[in-house]
Amino acid sequence: MTDVTLEAKLGTPWRKPNLIQSPALRWTLIIGSILYLIAAVSTIEVNWARVYEGLDRGAQFILAFTSPDFTSRAGDIWAGMLESIVMTVAASVVGIVISIPIGLGAARNIAPLPIYMICRGIVAISRALQEIIVAILLVAIFGFGPLAGFLTLSFATIGFLSKLLAEDIESMDKVQAEAIKASGARWMQWINYGVQPQVMPRLVGLSMYRIDINFRESAILGLVGAGGIGATLNTAFDRYEYDTAAAILLLIIGIVMALEYLSGIIRARVQ
Amino acid sequence: MPIIERDEGIDWRRRTPRESLVRWFGWLLGVAVFLVCWQRISDATTWFFVWDAPRIADDIWTRATPPRWEYITQLGRPIWDTINIATLGTIIALFLAVPVAFLAARNTTPSALFIRPIALLIIVSTRSINSLIWALLLIAIIGPGVFAGVIAIAIRSIGFCAKLLYEAIEEIDQTQVEAITATGASRWQVMAYGIVPQIMPAFAGIAVFRWDINIRESTVLGLVGAGGIGLQLSSSLNVLAWPQVSLILLVILAAVILSEWVSAKVRGAII
Repeated sequence: MTDVTLEAKLGTPWRKPNLIQSPALRWTLIIGSILYLIAAVSTIEVNWARVYEGLDRGAQFILAFTSPDFTSRAGDIWAGMLESIVMTVAASVVGIVISIPIGLGAARNIAPLPIYMICRGIVAISRALQEIIVAILLVAIFGFGPLAGFLTLSFATIGFLSKLLAEDIESMDKVQAEAIKASGARWMQWINYGVQPQVMPRLVGLSMYRIDINFRESAILGLVGAGGIGATLNTAFDRYEYDTAAAILLLIIGIVMALEYLSGIIRARVQ
Repeated sequence: MPIIERDEGIDWRRRTPRESLVRWFGWLLGVAVFLVCWQRISDATTWFFVWDAPRIADDIWTRATPPRWEYITQLGRPIWDTINIATLGTIIALFLAVPVAFLAARNTTPSALFIRPIALLIIVSTRSINSLIWALLLIAIIGPGVFAGVIAIAIRSIGFCAKLLYEAIEEIDQTQVEAITATGASRWQVMAYGIVPQIMPAFAGIAVFRWDINIRESTVLGLVGAGGIGLQLSSSLNVLAWPQVSLILLVILAAVILSEWVSAKVRGAII
């Protein structure tokens, strides 16, 4: 009679279940991540004196956003922005046009195996190399200027769009495509009337998204000499002209926001 | 769908004449814009270099092969730094992104009128500026090194993680939240037991996805002096040591493929 404790009367209280069920795995993961974090943090050399000195400049930079200087380097900013936009437009158009046949080729349910392998190979190469590395190589080959940037962005667009387009085609509704085929359509007609209407909304949406990305990327290509606003921005930072840099960053943010808004409207209309 | 009546019979068309005219002008305008853009790129290009490009490419290729394999002994530390930049940057970004996401989500924000726009502004501005630009900026402020790279990656990732996370929060099942609220739970308890368990899989997925992207981005941060393997790439490029460049590119490629594989595996296990 005396053995009945309060615990037994109430039953065991409910406890939140752990995210990882097995305790061994859980503790291995926790201890492993702690050890890694200690190792990682200890190898980072932070020059705190330098950081402390820099805080002043950081504050200056943040203050510069309140009074961005659009005027004193207006010519450079305008030329750089125009070049970025021009590169974005041209590269997006070329990239989208090329990525459609490659996307068709990279869809297993449309393309025969040899073509599928080739197109998947192109997609893999394009996706594995970052824009900036491609830009370095293309600048070395084609010389400085927006042509290298244009080619870089086109190349990157192909990898991105083709992969997503191919995945969309692979997951399309087969019934519609078969119905078109059964009506005796040629291959082109089959693609046009059986496949295209199913993937078109997504293709438009992805293209808009890619234009957005291309513009953002075009802002850094100038760092390696591939044209665009990046070169102006880099110079502004190097000369500690934070008010000009702030103006450029604000312009980039503004254009990206406008593009996102626009793409939102267009995507809502096509879907 | 318009029908045109002719002597021979009824002719079915997809669009009315007016619609097709508008479309035709749209295409014309698009082509014109593209041509203008192309013209500008072409004007800014030294075509002599472009015609010479195959020879230069061939030249670089012969210089770059075979890669200087013994240089790999010097790449251990830079690779470790690169991984640290990506991992620590992602962890910091996630810590900062969680509150931003809760403030930005319509169903959890304390004030849709004042706080939500600020949270959205943080998301847009950190997302639209590339990590290389953040790195440039931070190097000017706190000096070159791995630390600047970590912070640059962290800032850049906030917007991305917070955006995906707040979309996940907005899509949660409201009935569970109501059930927890009905037990008399406080605001924090509702969050911990009603919302967090629902977004946990999305959170883990986003974390791994962003980590994968950050590995890619951190490999090139060194180009502007923010530590990691990009530093070696940049110095090798500066002295035109092409065999080293090709080895570094191979290492970067391996790192990117490996991180993509890891992220795909982890996401497959979670979702």
